[in-house]
Amino acid sequence: MKRIFGWMPRSIAAMSQGPWGNKDGGSGGGEGGNDGPRNPWTQPGSGNRPQPGRGPSAIEELLRRGRESFGGRGGGGGFGGIPQRPDGKPLWPIALGLIVLVWLALTCIHRVGPQERGVAMMLGKYSRTLTPGISITLPAPLETVQTVDVEEIRTIDIGSTSADQENLMLTGDQNIIDLAYSVRWNIRDPGLYMFQLSDPDSAIREVAESAMRSVVASVSLDEALGAGRTGIEQQVEQRMQEILDAYRSGVRVQGVAIKQADPPAAVNDAFKGVSAAQQAAQTDLNQARAYAQQQTARAQGEAAQFDKTYEQYKLSPEVTRRRMYYETMEQVLGNMDKTIVETGNVTPYLPLPELKRRAAQPAEPPVATTGAR
Amino acid sequence: MPTLFRNPIAFALVAIAVLLLLGSTISIVPETRQAVIVRFGEPVRIVNRYQPDEQFGSTGAGIIARLPFAEQIVWIDKRVLSVEMERQQVLSTDQLRLQVDAFARYRIVDPLRMYISAGSEDRVSEALRPILGSALRNELGKRPFAALLSPERGQVMQNIEAGLNRVARQYGAEIVDVRIKRADLPDGAPLESAFQRMRTAREQEALTIRAQGAKQAQIIRAEADASAARVYAESFGKDPSFYDFYRAMQSYRYTFDPGRSGQTSVILSPNNDFLREFQGK
Repeated sequence: MKRIFGWMPRSIAAMSQGPWGNKDGGSGGGEGGNDGPRNPWTQPGSGNRPQPGRGPSAIEELLRRGRESFGGRGGGGGFGGIPQRPDGKPLWPIALGLIVLVWLALTCIHRVGPQERGVAMMLGKYSRTLTPGISITLPAPLETVQTVDVEEIRTIDIGSTSADQENLMLTGDQNIIDLAYSVRWNIRDPGLYMFQLSDPDSAIREVAESAMRSVVASVSLDEALGAGRTGIEQQVEQRMQEILDAYRSGVRVQGVAIKQADPPAAVNDAFKGVSAAQQAAQTDLNQARAYAQQQTARAQGEAAQFDKTYEQYKLSPEVTRRRMYYETMEQVLGNMDKTIVETGNVTPYLPLPELKRRAAQPAEPPVATTGAR
Repeated sequence: MPTLFRNPIAFALVAIAVLLLLGSTISIVPETRQAVIVRFGEPVRIVNRYQPDEQFGSTGAGIIARLPFAEQIVWIDKRVLSVEMERQQVLSTDQLRLQVDAFARYRIVDPLRMYISAGSEDRVSEALRPILGSALRNELGKRPFAALLSPERGQVMQNIEAGLNRVARQYGAEIVDVRIKRADLPDGAPLESAFQRMRTAREQEALTIRAQGAKQAQIIRAEADASAARVYAESFGKDPSFYDFYRAMQSYRYTFDPGRSGQTSVILSPNNDFLREFQGK
């Protein structure tokens, strides 16, 4: 690598210089004179550019450098970048040794994090699983290691909670439900995970969809919408695990979570109608209960009042009876107009027009007809 | 040899030649692949062939050697592969339609046969796909719609798997699993009518709930009235004649309350019981 990087910039510089020189050479000396004032930073030597021999010499230069660097692998020292040791022997074996050492260090020592496992393969063949910590393997082409994160919980989302996308499923009672759920899983066996399924991630997704649909198809819509959700989640999880175990996928399903279970948007209004009806029914019941409370309380109150009065009445019935009579009459007659008429010899005069007038003007104070007020 | 080392170009050429020879002789068979070694077009041996119940690490994977240039390696996936079926419309025995998505998983267990009959995994998938579709249609078409909803539980999937396996065996493959991924009502009329049915069912439910609520409310009111009547009867029944008087008094107060019925005028006769004492008798 070092050799290549040392060689590249030079050759690029040589190549980019060549065409430039050629172009300017072709366009003639007159233009070269115009270039001078426009490019004050060009070197004084740039006046040499229009020389016709410049182009071919650049290519020769490139070839020469190429030969030098190629020859440097065998002979050493030809490549100007690497100095020689004092005793004249080339320095490159030491550099090569260093590179090999670095390479060994990088490929033999593996650090496996606490959440990871390393799968070591000896010439393509599974040899062992590296546990967390520092492990030493054979160098790279012989033994390779792939680390796999086994603790990380991966999530697959199926369906979406947004309104414009629906993931419709048929329930057992041939209704349709819109479900969004997610599956969490991690890797239980890195070896199986890597070697068993050609595309484990999409396999898990397919298995999740299949398991969810088969479970939902066995429950009713109401169950899926409400109370049965936990049960569905558990059944799907169990089913998925069974199928994935049958594949020997090395995957553990950590959980299935139903994020949303709704009736499809097309029938949502009808479902809202049901809850509106439930509310209305509840309102009816509440009003009836309030009425019942009121009625019973009133009955009890009135009965209690009567009972108390009756208790007193029984002590001296006649007096109490008269007392109550007079009190009532006082109250009743005290508030009204009274006309006392001797029966028999006087024709009672009933001031009907007066009464009508009064009825029309209720605010006016009553005019006393006959008798005391 | 020393002259070789002194001539770097020759050395490089030899090194390249050796590398090429090694590269075409030695190959690494990974755990995930089976290798069929073909000598001039004739398959001679299979490396890392799938065996049931094998443990990784004790399979045929690893380094192998072959005759350079004469033998070639055909790589065949050893893992479980998937073939996805195109959406199928299944007509149930009661003439209802269902859109079905299914997938099958298979594994190449006989790489040689597969190499001879198909050539590549993709060709096996291509060959299995239509067969999976028709097997599914045939098998599901024998059932009423309600049974299609949960075909996993029945014999259906096993029949499909068995049918598919017969074909797969010709390609050196073995079906691991067949499963229905989705089963939906087709868009348009069937879906609409299902929605309509759901809608009417909910409307019916809503009406029932309302009616039940009204009924319950009425019962509660009636019970309250009855219990109030019982309380009244128990209390007032102790002395009906006193109740008559008591209630009459209450009634007078209520009826002639000026706040309620306005100003009232009465004409009394001195003979009235209330005015009895007026006459000083």
